[in-house]
Parts: sequence; structure tokens; C-alpha cells
Amino acid sequence: MFGLGLIKGLAVTARNLIGSYFDRERMTTVCYPEEIRPPIENFRNFPFLVYDERPDDLRCVACKICEKECPPQCIFIIQRRDDQGRPVKQPEVFDIDLSVCMSCAICVEVCPFDAIKMDHKFDYPSDNRFRGLLADKMQLARSNAYYHSIRPTEAAEVDARLAAETAKKAKPAPLPAKPNASAAPSA
Amino acid sequence: MTPDAPPSGAPAESLYGPRSYRVWGDDALAGQFLEVSMGPHHPSTHGVFRMDVVLDGETVVRLKPVFGYLHRNHEKLAEGMSWLGSMPYTDRLDYLCSMTNNWAYALAVEKLAGLGVPERAEYIRVIVGELTRLVNHICLAGFLLADLGALGTPLLYAFREREKILDVFEEISGARMMCNYMRFGGVRADLSPEVLQKIARIVDRFPAFLDEFERLVSGNEILLSRCQGVGVLPRDLAVNAGVTGPMLRASGVDYDLRKVDRYGIYDRFEFRVPLGEHGDVYDRYMLRILEMRESISILRQALAQMPEKGEILHPQAKLRNFRPKPGEAYGRIEGPKGELGFYLISDGGVCPYRYRVRPPSFINLTVLEDMCLGQKVADVIVIFGSVDIVLGEADR
Repeated sequence: MFGLGLIKGLAVTARNLIGSYFDRERMTTVCYPEEIRPPIENFRNFPFLVYDERPDDLRCVACKICEKECPPQCIFIIQRRDDQGRPVKQPEVFDIDLSVCMSCAICVEVCPFDAIKMDHKFDYPSDNRFRGLLADKMQLARSNAYYHSIRPTEAAEVDARLAAETAKKAKPAPLPAKPNASAAPSA
Repeated sequence: MTPDAPPSGAPAESLYGPRSYRVWGDDALAGQFLEVSMGPHHPSTHGVFRMDVVLDGETVVRLKPVFGYLHRNHEKLAEGMSWLGSMPYTDRLDYLCSMTNNWAYALAVEKLAGLGVPERAEYIRVIVGELTRLVNHICLAGFLLADLGALGTPLLYAFREREKILDVFEEISGARMMCNYMRFGGVRADLSPEVLQKIARIVDRFPAFLDEFERLVSGNEILLSRCQGVGVLPRDLAVNAGVTGPMLRASGVDYDLRKVDRYGIYDRFEFRVPLGEHGDVYDRYMLRILEMRESISILRQALAQMPEKGEILHPQAKLRNFRPKPGEAYGRIEGPKGELGFYLISDGGVCPYRYRVRPPSFINLTVLEDMCLGQKVADVIVIFGSVDIVLGEADR
């Protein structure tokens, strides 16, 4: 019969309409500003810098690997120097241009010090599209506790790895090649 | 109908530049043709594209595709970037299926560098690749029906199911669409048992959704009369034009790289390759529905055969200072839209010497005029929709 297909289709629509009141599978939307779906733990959006105790003592050692590997080149780093002009293992400037960053997380993957991680925050409203989206070191710094709060599984793994590395460094080497081998960075 | 010199008094150039193809004639119809600029002009669905359509009444006489509105200099950018650095940019080629784009690029680089892929990573690649095919085909079905006038309902049902798959992608890679998941010699993150359970649940439920979707529209009389016999692509033309993917198979050519090339571990799975008979819009639509059912079957087998534990990245794979030995390689996969290939030349440096994408969207679009000639103007959008393109890939 001509038109049977149409009627069958309408029956499906009716089933979905009624089903959406009872079946969570058919009703998948939420009223966004009032109800917010918790972010999935692995969700990544914009990097932040991890510190352990104080915000001005970042894990970052300004090795500039992420600056070099960043595909859209949105990271800018200047290493800190002390009074004698010797380089210190801290960044003086660490800027990320959030208008350029594409949240690919390659900086996180290449960082050998677990100093840069991906955030869950995705709303950065600003009335200045140039300076307002240029995040500096202090804006990017987040505590390790915050890292634990957004990504408990990954943060626990990172902490265990870092603790193992510290323990390995603290243990005296069986055949010390150099007098202060323990102070040298593990290559 | 041949493009002659314009009659005296007629402008030699139109507003948009020189027009050698503009239809002028000496017969009674001269000057009666209407030139219309058509196309999806919103970057969220297919992309931004313009068709210069010359109409005789409602019938299409000429059609000229105009590309380049979404050009992003992808290939040249990649030549100044590390091998890994191009990976997130391949997500943005065909933004509906970033996983398969990653896979094609990783495959080409692995060929170039002679890297193997561990067993478990191969299974993960097949699983995410077939999930991507589901995402793409269900979106295509939704968009095609929206183009046909079924505004909203089928598209939203399709998106509801797509969202479940994208949630899985977010859980394994961190992003819904721009996954950046594959790495040279493996994948970036392992699938946890919970994620595998979720995938199994999607795989179990998807056939029921497909049945419902087919009940909703596939037998609809309006759909049948709008699609059957419209935009026929003859078999010979499809082969000669280099058309690949569902477009080619809808014309009845049995060519699926998963069977022909057997890249990855596709030789371990039993699946059929659906073929069309007429090569019209309806065949292309139904072929994708059938392909989704085959993808479900591949997913079931992959989930069952997947090793419990194992490496997900080749031990010799490295992220930084990756320098494949000098040489060239072409890696191709059966993407959801057709043969997606990457041609790479290495000079042993940190960035590719030459980087070229073989985009299925672009090459499948070249037969658009042949399919549209003689059709009504309302069918042009439908034929265009059935090609299944994303302009991010066509323009790069």
C-alpha cells in the first residue's frame, strides 16, 4: 500500500517521543547551565603547569622541549638566570597562547618531567582577544592536589613514578663514576 | 550547448571572473540559461563549497565545482613540522573521522620507517577505525536525509547514537573529535576493561538502532521517489575517475582496500563487502547502512579475538627526534569515505621532505558534474550529499 512506509516511520517517531520519558537511552540531553555532566576523566583541554608546594616553584625546568615540539607553536619559554647570570632550572617566562593552542596534548607526551598536564577547564571568557587569552606562568600554575582532583588515576601513576625516580637518585650508586652523580639529572 | 563566443552585446566576463564555460548559443534558448551559485555555505556539515550551476529551467546543464574555501595549507605546513607534529593536523582533514586519518598517516610513516605494530595495538586500531566508520556513515545518512527534507528527526537520532561512540573516543583519547590517538608503531593509550565493556554495549545495541532507523526512513515512499534513479554514476566512469569507497561499490565495483590490501590485521576477520546495482543515490544510502552492519560484525570479532594484555607501542617507536631513513612510502587505508592515502618522502630529517594526501572526498567530487547533468536542481543537493564529502579534506 502506498504510504505504508510513511506510517511506519511515524510510528518510530512516536515510540521515541514516548520512550524518551522512560528510557535514558532515548533521552540523552541535559539542560546545560542548570545540569552539567561531569567531565570524563581523560578529557583534555588546554595545558597547565604542575607545582608541588609553592606556585613559584614549578616542576618545569625550562628545558624547552614542549616549546620545540608544539605543533602550532603556542608555547613561549625564557629560562631564569640567577644573579651571576647562570641558568637556573626554572622558567622565568612561560606563556601559552590559548587562542592558538589546539589541545593536542603533545606537550604532555614529550615532557620528561611530568611538569605540564592537560586541564578540564574549557571556558576562558575574556573581553580582550589578544592579551586576554595569553596565559602566563602564574595563570597556568596549578597544584598537584588539583591535578589529583581532576585526574586521580593518572596523577597517582605519575606520583608513583616520580617517587621511584627520587628513590633511585637518593640511593648511592654501586659504582659512582663521578663524585656527585646523584645530583646530575638522569639522562 | 557548446561554449561559444558570447554574442555581441553580452558581457564577456561574469561578476566572478572569466567564464569560458558559460553557455551561449545561437538558438532560441540563447540567454535563457540561469547561472546559480549553490552549495553548503556553513562550515559545520559538509564544509564550505560552491557549485556554479547553469540551469535550463529546472534542469542542470552545466555544473562547475569551486574548491578552496577551507584551504589551510595542510601539506606545506607538514613539511616544516616534525613527523609527530602533523598527527594532530590530520585530525582536522576529515573532521568526522579523525581516527582513520590518524591511522592512514601512521601507516605511511610506519612503512617509511619499517616500524611494526604490536598485536594489541592492531586490534585497538581496528576497533576505533570501525567505530569511526559507524560514526561517519550514520552522520552521512542523517545529513543526506536532512538534505532531502527530513529535517531534524533522522539526523538527531543519528547524532544520539554517534554521541555514544564519541563518548568512548573521549574516554580513550581525551577528545571527542580531534582524537590525535595513533602513534607511529602503535597507539597512545590503552583501552581499559570498562571502555571495552562500553564498546561491547554499543556494538550490541547498534543493530537494533539500525533496524529502527531503517523502519523510520528506508521504506518511506518520498525517500524512494527522491533517491531511486537519481544521480546515477556508471560503473566505467566511476573506475576511470578514480572514485573509491562506498561511491565506487554502489556502482557495483567490488573494491574494498580492507579486502584488496589487507592492511593491518583485516585478513583475520570475516566480513562481506556490500555492492550496489544501480549506482544511484538510493544505492549509496543503502550501501552505507549495510556497511555499518558489516562493521558491527568486524567489531564483534575484534572484541572477541583481542589479546587481554600486551604492548600498545612498538619498543623502538619514539616521540622525539624521530627520523625515518631516507626514502618514500605510500600508506593507504579504506577510510569511511574511500581510499585515504598519504604519500611521504623522507630525506632523513626531522620533518617530511614531501607530504601529500590523497583525499577521497576530493577525488569523489570530480564526478559530481557527470552525475548531476540532466537532473533537476533540487536533486543536485541530494546527489552532492550522497557523495559523502567533508571539505576539510577536499581543500586541506
